[in-house]
Amino acid sequence: MTLEISRLCRRFTGFAALNDVSLSIAPGEFLALLGPSGSGKTTLLRILAGLEQHDSGSVRRDGADFLTLPARERKVGLVFQHYALFRHLTVRENVAFGLRVRPRRTRPSRGEVATRVEQLLKRVQLEGLGDRFPAQLSGGQCQRVALARALAVEPDILLLDEPFGALDAQVRVKLRRWLRALHDELKLTTIFVTHDQEEALELADRIAVMNNGRIEQVGPPQGIYQQPETPFVCEFIGKVNRIALHADGDRLAAAQWQLGADPWRGLHAQPVAYVRPEQLSLAVPSARPAWTARLRHIYLAGSVAHLELYVAALDQTLEADIANEELAALRLQAGDTLRVAPRGAVVFSSADVASSDPGRWVWRAHDARDHAAHALTAPAPVAALHDGRRSVAP
Amino acid sequence: MNAVALPRALARRRPLVPALLIALALGWLAAFLLLPLAAVFVEALRAGVQAYLASIGKPDALAAVRLTLLVAAIAVPLNLVFGVAAAWLMARFEFRGKALLGALIDLPFSVSPVVSGLVYVLLFGAQGWFGPWLVAHGVTVIFAVPGLVLATIFITVPFVARELIPLMQAQGSEEEEAARVLGATGAQMFFRVTLPNIRWALLYGVLLCNARAMGEFGAVSVVSGHIRGLTTTMPLEVEMLYNEYDYVGAFAVASLLALLALLTLAVKTLLEWRYGDALATHAPGGH
Repeated sequence: MTLEISRLCRRFTGFAALNDVSLSIAPGEFLALLGPSGSGKTTLLRILAGLEQHDSGSVRRDGADFLTLPARERKVGLVFQHYALFRHLTVRENVAFGLRVRPRRTRPSRGEVATRVEQLLKRVQLEGLGDRFPAQLSGGQCQRVALARALAVEPDILLLDEPFGALDAQVRVKLRRWLRALHDELKLTTIFVTHDQEEALELADRIAVMNNGRIEQVGPPQGIYQQPETPFVCEFIGKVNRIALHADGDRLAAAQWQLGADPWRGLHAQPVAYVRPEQLSLAVPSARPAWTARLRHIYLAGSVAHLELYVAALDQTLEADIANEELAALRLQAGDTLRVAPRGAVVFSSADVASSDPGRWVWRAHDARDHAAHALTAPAPVAALHDGRRSVAP
Repeated sequence: MNAVALPRALARRRPLVPALLIALALGWLAAFLLLPLAAVFVEALRAGVQAYLASIGKPDALAAVRLTLLVAAIAVPLNLVFGVAAAWLMARFEFRGKALLGALIDLPFSVSPVVSGLVYVLLFGAQGWFGPWLVAHGVTVIFAVPGLVLATIFITVPFVARELIPLMQAQGSEEEEAARVLGATGAQMFFRVTLPNIRWALLYGVLLCNARAMGEFGAVSVVSGHIRGLTTTMPLEVEMLYNEYDYVGAFAVASLLALLALLTLAVKTLLEWRYGDALATHAPGGH
């Protein structure tokens, strides 16, 4: 079952909730719609569920028009952030609801309904709680009932609207993994809305990053993380250090750090480099250019240590991440002076987060000398340049 | 200490404060509620049980009882339907004039009942706006049962709607949306999800509506014409008997009204006691 969303638009008074959104969803895939509040992801989900109207554009399921169907006929399962369980019905009756409201012709018999409900309760690990009311369940249990209820009608698509937003952290992580396992078992096309990028990165086959009603980038989690296509995606996903660059002769540079070239040949006044915390080397040999940084603070977070570094040359505080063991091996302490330089970065021609189609250059350091002769292309929207030689893995 | 513990702790240390408040509340209720209520029954039975039963058995009294029940039986179901429809509209839709509609629903509360009755006389009376048309078609509204029903409907319009609107707004439409996506038709959604969620507030609204419909005096008095045996409801009958110095009769009929009020209260308390947990879960905030 393929879902083809084409140029979907939805305006509310004053702003565009969805602005020309196009997306193709493969059968059985787990797609995450990721973005900040107001990015349009929930609007998109609700339009797919049949709870909102669209202004223009189309959605086709297996080639047939999807949006002209009323919500009842779409064979969609929807799970809400606050469960939306029917509070006056027991768990069993909640799960059976979708089957009981079917028209006479397609309605299963009472016995069949009961069997199916039992099976679903077992699958969501809630057998034995069938006669409880929602008010007597914990948040995690409620969400599992909501999922069982959505699955009872055997939908083609499962839509989840920030399903774990109302749960506490530990329950969230457990349910997250359980949901993914369930998806792998059922192979049901799933669209999952979230503002939590950790969740999206962990669960999804593909992530669509949305901002201001547009899709900024679609791709697998690794691609989104390693090869962000716009400054917004860079800043939204994971932590990142933003370093302003300037043209220094025929290279881009920021204080002592020099990149090998300038792909835009001085065309752009203020390119910007995004460096992930794990891409900062902390003990750069004196032969290579690096910043002098003072280690201000070490934040221990389990297996990773976050280091706060102040670079005087840039007048900027950078954050670096290293493994806990490496921290011990380097014997770092607050107050130390380090030689710091990025091992890799994503460089954009413009710092303007709102602009689409900025020129992009994915830069890697070399273990020997800088190779100035990169294969430069014209500033294309997705111009990923790598040196031919293997670089040090970030 | 948290917000709950503080008053309790105070109460333990200084039992004087809660004791004073309880005494004040009980005293107030006794003076303005219990005493008059007791007086009704005392006066009704002053001449003995036989006289009491004779008063109630008089044809005029019985006619008044029948008329009161008839008017309530028409007005309450109509306002039930309207109240649910209005609450659905106000809680689930945005439209121009929504605030105006809300104000109109509350209008009967702010208008004096006598004025409400007068308005109907001005509209449907023989010299009223529709007067000539009604006379021409042989329809009497004012000084007849239809007028009583209309005036009672007007007075009791807000009760059901006002109970339901805030509840439905607070509950939100998520359960109904879930029902729709699961395949329910509009009617199925309404009867299986919406109605069960509002049933206690609806019942409470109906009880209030009924109590007011049976006890209304001002508006009904203006439109009734006080035709003994034909257009007198129980409250009107009480007044007329009292003006004729038939105190036992007046208080006897009044005692029926009082019994009705007590019955309403008992039903409400019984329901709250029996379904207390259900009431709690239907308040927003439960899962």
